[in-house]
Amino acid sequence: MGYKTIIGLEIHTELMTKTKMFCSCANSFGNEANTNCCPVCVGLPGALPVINETAIEYAIKAGIALNSNIITNTRMDRKNYFYSDLVKGYQISQDDLPLCEGGFIEIELGDGTKKVNLQRIHIEEDTGKQTHTTEGDTLIDYNRSGVPLIEIVTKPDMNTPEEARLFLEKLRATLKYIEVSDCKMEEGSLRCDVNINVVDSETGEKTNITEIKNLNSFRGAVKAMEFEEKRHIALLKEGKNTVRETRRWDEVKNETITMRQKLGVADYRFAADGDLAPLVIDNKWIEDIRSNLPELPHDKKERFIDEYNLEPYDAGVLTASKDLAAFYEETIKYVNDPKLVSNWIMGDVLRRLKDEEVEIEDVSLTPKALGQLISIVKDGKINNNTGKKVLKEMFDTGKDPETIVKEQGLIQISDEGELKGIIEKILDENEQSIIDFKNGKDRALGFLVGQIMKASRGKANPQLVNKMLTDMLNER
Amino acid sequence: MDITKLSAFEMKKKLHQKEITSRELIEAHFNKIEEIDGNINAFITLDKTEALKSADKVDEKIRNGERVGLLGGIPIGVKDNIMTKGIRTTCGSKMLENFIPPYNATIVNRIKEADGIIMGKTNMDEFAMGSSTETSYFGNTKNPIDTERVPGGSSGGSAAAVKACEVALSLGTDTGGSIRQPASYCDVVGIKPTYGIVSRYGVVSMANTLDQVGVFGRDVRDAVLMLSSITGYDEKDSTSFKNPEGTIIFGSFPEEIDYNNYLKGMKVGLPKEIFGNEIDIRIKDQITKSINIIEALGAEIEEISLPHLEYSLAAYYIISTSEVSSNLARFDGVRYGYRAKEYNTLDELYINSRSEAFGEEVKRRIMLGTYSLSSGYADEHYKKALKVRTLIKNDFDKAFSKYDVILSPTSPVLPFKFGEIKDPLSMYMADLFTVPVNLAGLCAMSIPCGYVDNLPVGIQLIGDKYKEANIFKAGLGLEGGLKNGL
Repeated sequence: MGYKTIIGLEIHTELMTKTKMFCSCANSFGNEANTNCCPVCVGLPGALPVINETAIEYAIKAGIALNSNIITNTRMDRKNYFYSDLVKGYQISQDDLPLCEGGFIEIELGDGTKKVNLQRIHIEEDTGKQTHTTEGDTLIDYNRSGVPLIEIVTKPDMNTPEEARLFLEKLRATLKYIEVSDCKMEEGSLRCDVNINVVDSETGEKTNITEIKNLNSFRGAVKAMEFEEKRHIALLKEGKNTVRETRRWDEVKNETITMRQKLGVADYRFAADGDLAPLVIDNKWIEDIRSNLPELPHDKKERFIDEYNLEPYDAGVLTASKDLAAFYEETIKYVNDPKLVSNWIMGDVLRRLKDEEVEIEDVSLTPKALGQLISIVKDGKINNNTGKKVLKEMFDTGKDPETIVKEQGLIQISDEGELKGIIEKILDENEQSIIDFKNGKDRALGFLVGQIMKASRGKANPQLVNKMLTDMLNER
Repeated sequence: MDITKLSAFEMKKKLHQKEITSRELIEAHFNKIEEIDGNINAFITLDKTEALKSADKVDEKIRNGERVGLLGGIPIGVKDNIMTKGIRTTCGSKMLENFIPPYNATIVNRIKEADGIIMGKTNMDEFAMGSSTETSYFGNTKNPIDTERVPGGSSGGSAAAVKACEVALSLGTDTGGSIRQPASYCDVVGIKPTYGIVSRYGVVSMANTLDQVGVFGRDVRDAVLMLSSITGYDEKDSTSFKNPEGTIIFGSFPEEIDYNNYLKGMKVGLPKEIFGNEIDIRIKDQITKSINIIEALGAEIEEISLPHLEYSLAAYYIISTSEVSSNLARFDGVRYGYRAKEYNTLDELYINSRSEAFGEEVKRRIMLGTYSLSSGYADEHYKKALKVRTLIKNDFDKAFSKYDVILSPTSPVLPFKFGEIKDPLSMYMADLFTVPVNLAGLCAMSIPCGYVDNLPVGIQLIGDKYKEANIFKAGLGLEGGLKNGL
C-alpha cells in the first residue's frame, strides 16, 4: 500500500528592471509608500500603458535559460477582477498566448536526475501591497503596482516536497544567474503557490487539488507541502476527500488554514488589451539574447570540474549560486590553489553562512581577504586552527586577516630557538609524560604537543613542534 | 461687430493685425457664456482666471513680435473626459464630480503649446455613453438652434459651445459617432480622424479600440486648424500612429480657398446599403442636393456596396460595451472619485459606490459588456463581433482601393426633442451611419449641408485610414459649393 504525492508549482518572480512594466516609475523596493507612482501605475482615468522592452527581454532570457520555446506572435491580455490592490480593475497579463511555452529544469536526486517540465512562462504586472492595521484599516502602497513579473507554471511533475525544494532552488539559482530577478522571497520578489494532491496507488483514488497561496520562504513551502501531504493521506485513509480549496500556511501554528473554497471557476473575462499593440518578437532579438546569456549553473559546474579539478559534488555546491561561484573564482585570483580555496569555502565559509542564515553577497568577507587568509596559512605564518579563528573574526568584524593577525599577535612561531625554549619548559614540567613516552605510551606525545600549543597560545608551528619534540624527547 | 462670431481664422488674422487682443477676445467669449450658457448648459466647469492669464501671455508675445502657436489666442472648449491638470474633469458623472486630475492629457499640452486658450470643460453624456447629452449628471445641454431639442451626443457640449459662439473651437471624442452626430445636430463641422493619429493619453477610455479624439469648428478650415494642432505621435500612447512621412494633415491654409478645384477627379462612393435604408426623406433630399454639387464640381460618383454594414450596430454594441465593462472597472471608490458612505465589506464598497455614482445608461452598458465577455458567452458574442468587425474593415478596404471618399448622411434622423426617444435601442439607431467608421478605424467628417424645417442636416464624408486630406478636400469643395448656392 502506498501513496503518490503530486505537486505542481506556480512561481511569480519580479523582474529587476529599472522602471515598471508600463510606465517610467522606478522599480525599487523599500521606498516610502506611494512615492514611485504616476497616473499609469495607479490607474488614473485616461492613463495608458506603454510596454517596457527590458521586461520583455528579461522574460525571454528566463524562457531561454529554462529551455522554453519563445512565442514570437503574442500579446498582452486583461484579466478582469476587483480587488483593492488592483488599480485598474484588471491586471495586464497573458492568457492563451504566453510568451514562453514548455521548458524544463533538471533536479538532482540521490538516484539520478529528474526533469521537471514547465507548462508556460508569461508576463504580467504586479499589484499594490496591502497592510491591515490593528484598528481594522487597510493601507495600500502602490509602489509595487505595475512592477513586471513573470509567472512560471510547472507541470505536476514533482512527487515529494524535497523535489519541489530542489526545483525551487535550481530555479532561483538560474534566475539569479541570468540576472533577471534578485529572487528575494522576504521582499516578495519570488513568491510561490503550490498545487498538491495525493493518489492512493492501489485504488487509484485521488484527493482534490489544494492550492497553497503566497508561500514566502522555501522552508515554509516545504513545511506546508509536508503538512498537506500528511493531511491528504490521512483523509484518504479515512475514505474522505479534500475540499477543492485555497489554503495558506500559518507559520506560527505550523499548519495550513482554509482561505476560500473553490466552488466554480473564477471568470476573469480575459480579453486582449487594446491599449497595447500585439507583441511581435523578432527572431534576431531572441538569438541576440541567447548569445549574450551568461554561463548557466550546469555549464559552470562542468567547467569547474575541468578547469579546477574539483570533485563533482564540490563543483555543484560552489556553482549552485552565481554569487558563490563568483566569490570562489575571485578568491583564486589572490591565492592560486583551487583545491585549497574550495576546501575553505566548502568548509568553514559555508558553515558560517548557514549558521548565520546569510548569503555570500550579504557578508563583509571579501574574496581578497579570504585569499590573503588562505595565503597566510599556506605560507605557514599562522597555522590552520588559528586560520579558522581569524576567519571567524573576519566575518564578525570585516577586518582583513593581516590586521587581525598583527593585532592579536597570532603569527606562527617557527623560530626554532623560541620553540626550543617553550618545549624545554613543558618537558621540565611534565616528567611523568617523558617516562610514559619512553615506555611506549603514544598518548603522552599528544598531551605534550597540546601543552606546548597552549603555552604558545596556539601560535607554535605544529609540524615543527612535532619534529622538535620527538628529537628532544629522544635526546633526554 | 460681435467678435465671437468670427471664424478662428478670422480671429487669428485680427489678432496678428493687432485689431483686437486675445484678452478682449477671451473676455467677449466669457461674456457670451455668462449671457447664454445658463440656457444652453454647454459647460460643466469654466476656468476664467487661467484663460485670461494665458490670453495675456499671447498678447505679450504678439506685442513683442514673438512667434505665436497655431491656435494663438483662440478660445477653445475641451470635452470633460479629457484630463486637465488642476481643472476638475468629471466625465459628466457623479463618479468624478469632484475629481481634479494631477496631470494633463497630451492633447491638452499640445493646445497649450500651440498657445490655444482653454476656456473650460464641456458637457457630455456620462462617460461618453449616449447620443443626446441627456445622460450627463450635470444636466442636459440644449441645442442652440432649438433649445427644446438635443444637441446630439456624447460630445453635445462641445458641439453646442461652438455653434453658440461660446468658443471658436472645441475638442470632442468619438467612439461610435459622438463627434459627427452632434456636429450634424448643431450645424457645425466635426471631424473624427483616423484611429491613432491623435493621442488618447489622458482621455478617459470608453471603448479603447474605438475611441478617437476629434474636433469641432464652424467651418472646415477651422476644424482642420484645430486638428492640425493636436495630431502627432505620442510615446505615451502605444496605439499612437508614427507617421513616417511627417504630418498627414492638410498642409498649408491658403488665404482664399478656391472650392472649385478640390473635388475635380475625386472618386466618390455611395453605399447602397445606406441609401437603400429608410432615411427621413427630407434628410435624403438635402443629401441628394449635396451629391449633385459634388458631381457638379467634378467628382465621379458611383454606387458601391458594403455588404456587412448591416451588422455594424450589433457588432459595435457588443465590442464597445465589452470594452466599457473593463475600462470603467477602475472607478471602484478606492483611490479617487465617489465612495459610498455606507459599506461593511470590500465588496459592498465597490457595489455601493458604483451603484450610487453611475447613471442608468452606464450601468446598462457595463452589464451588457460583462455578459458579452463572460466565459461561455464570449465566443458567441464578443469574439463573433470581432469577426464581424474584420469583415466590415475588409468591405471598406475593398471600397477604398477604388474610391477616395464614401458619402452618407451623418444621422438617419433630425435632432429630436428631449425625452422623445425613450427606448435605448432606438437611441442607438442614431449612430447607425457613424459606427462603421470607428469599427474600421477610418477618418470621417460631418459638415452641415442644409436645413429641414429649421433643423440642420449633416453629411458624412468618410476617408481611408490616414487619408484625411481626401475628406478635407471634399469638405472644402462641398462647403464652398453650398455657400455659393450651387
